[in-house]
Amino acid sequence: MKELLVISGKGGTGKTTIVGSLAVLAKNKVLADCDVDAADLHLLLRPEVQEVHQFFGLPKAKIDAELCTHCGRCRQVCRFRAIDKDYQIDPTRCEGCGVCYYICPAGAITLEEHCSGHWYISATSFGPMVHAALGIAEENSGKLVALVREKSRELAKKVGAQYILTDGPPGIGCPVIASLASVDLALLVTEPTVAGRHDLERVLELTGYFQVPAAVCINKYDLAPDKSRELEEYCRQRGVPLVGQVPFRAEVNQALVQGKPVVEYSRGPAAKAIEGVWEAVKELLAQ
Amino acid sequence: MLQIAVASGKGGTGKTTVATNLALALAGEGPVQFLDCDVEEPNAHLFLHPALGEEEAVTIPVPAVEEGQCTACGRCAEVCAFNAIAVLAGHVLTFPELCHGCGGCTLLCPEGALREEKRKIGIVQGGQRGELVFVQGKLEIGAALAPPVVEAVRAKEQGMGTVIIDAAPGTSCPVVAAIRDVDFCLLVTEPTPFGLHDLDLAARLVAELGVPAGVILNRAGEGDELVEEYCQRQGLPLLLKIPFSRNLAAIYAQGKVLVEELPQWREVFLNLGREIGRRVGR
Ligand code: SF4
Ligand code: SF4
Repeated sequence: MKELLVISGKGGTGKTTIVGSLAVLAKNKVLADCDVDAADLHLLLRPEVQEVHQFFGLPKAKIDAELCTHCGRCRQVCRFRAIDKDYQIDPTRCEGCGVCYYICPAGAITLEEHCSGHWYISATSFGPMVHAALGIAEENSGKLVALVREKSRELAKKVGAQYILTDGPPGIGCPVIASLASVDLALLVTEPTVAGRHDLERVLELTGYFQVPAAVCINKYDLAPDKSRELEEYCRQRGVPLVGQVPFRAEVNQALVQGKPVVEYSRGPAAKAIEGVWEAVKELLAQ
Repeated sequence: MLQIAVASGKGGTGKTTVATNLALALAGEGPVQFLDCDVEEPNAHLFLHPALGEEEAVTIPVPAVEEGQCTACGRCAEVCAFNAIAVLAGHVLTFPELCHGCGGCTLLCPEGALREEKRKIGIVQGGQRGELVFVQGKLEIGAALAPPVVEAVRAKEQGMGTVIIDAAPGTSCPVVAAIRDVDFCLLVTEPTPFGLHDLDLAARLVAELGVPAGVILNRAGEGDELVEEYCQRQGLPLLLKIPFSRNLAAIYAQGKVLVEELPQWREVFLNLGREIGRRVGR
């Protein structure tokens, strides 16, 4: 079983569009959406939810006003400034470290379990899918990502899947780090802009840091052919395989508006290019 | 002082385009400071080209063990909520990359065997471009915790004029740190099902934080009704539409800004700034 993670560093490069199409092209796989903060893959794959589970991140502190003597110890020790002068806890600041709970001499603080989101196992016409939704303004996205990955592995084992295809989160912080752990290949989707190039460099440093093999796909390459050539050259210098260049075509947006993966919707040049990407990725995964 | 944050549920909708153009348009009118709080992928500097100053390290306190004093009692591992410290075979092991710097282990160790040392998780860097004051934060590669770096950038906020904050995409902790307590938040979106879905998440976030907000529709043209209807239903003002054009996309691709390439946009962004000022009563 091989795990492919698709990430982009910068948002808006068309990562989910590509994943949606790979979901059609790859046979015998489990799908996973690790963009738990702003998950979009379900808009394309229209999963039918079969299991819903609560996700408990860390607890949140709660102060019992009856017991609290306003001694101020908790406010001194809380490094996240989560306790205000009226001894109310701001749940958007509380990280659930529990230091206040341990230190409170009056025993006025409890740590309350806190549901930070949900995760799902669903059926799609392209295979089973594990996905999640983190609550608004919640912490612990890395933990939820790790959970989605664990569940997708279990499911892949159970159904005997050949691949796990994962849509990753943007950025380079905790959710991305959690999604990178021990994948077989990270496919980086970039775009020919100065910002795309800059963010690609950061993500390649990250995959290098965690020693995950990487490959690059340039999306919307014809919007700035000169910048695409620079990206190509950059990949060559770094020894990172370039697995395809996808043109900017109306078919991509039309498919999106219809809520369909491009390769299912059209036989145009963008769809063909994505097929090429999958063939190249398959070869890399086989190595 | 007027703080305007620019955020978006979905990445790549044109957040940085809006933030940089707004900052440059307003820079002629009075003191303006630009804070790049998208510390995982800070790229406003690619459009603003500021002369950058010295880097300052952003650190969090992590525990270090005085072997002689540690009795391997295991209290530290018990209190750590992040599994960042463990006791194995009579020795304390720390995992600094998991540590949130809460200080619990050091505070609660009965033997006083832990002390804190600084771990670098990012940098803050100031700069200047013409009249525009620039600050950016950058998370170290391999570091997981973005919020302390965001907070370090916001600690540089000047107490006057206009402060423009470029936030990270999404709705979790790094975004919360960037837009908490600002006067107004612009939510940038695009007319696609993804854009609409993620706009809704962002709108719920600002509502939860009690921050007044308005929407900017980028790459407008086809499918705008989706977003327009949504804004109307939610009572969110749609403050500006930026049409899709290959020309605008090319300007962006090259790292250029609209207010400089196409002078009519200066007026557009100036008006946007004034409209926000009116809305928050400045
Ligand atoms: S649990 Fe930690 S973050 Fe939350 S209020 Fe207590 S000390 Fe502060
Ligand atoms: S400082 Fe807090 S998070 Fe870090 S190791 Fe100690 S208890 Fe754990």
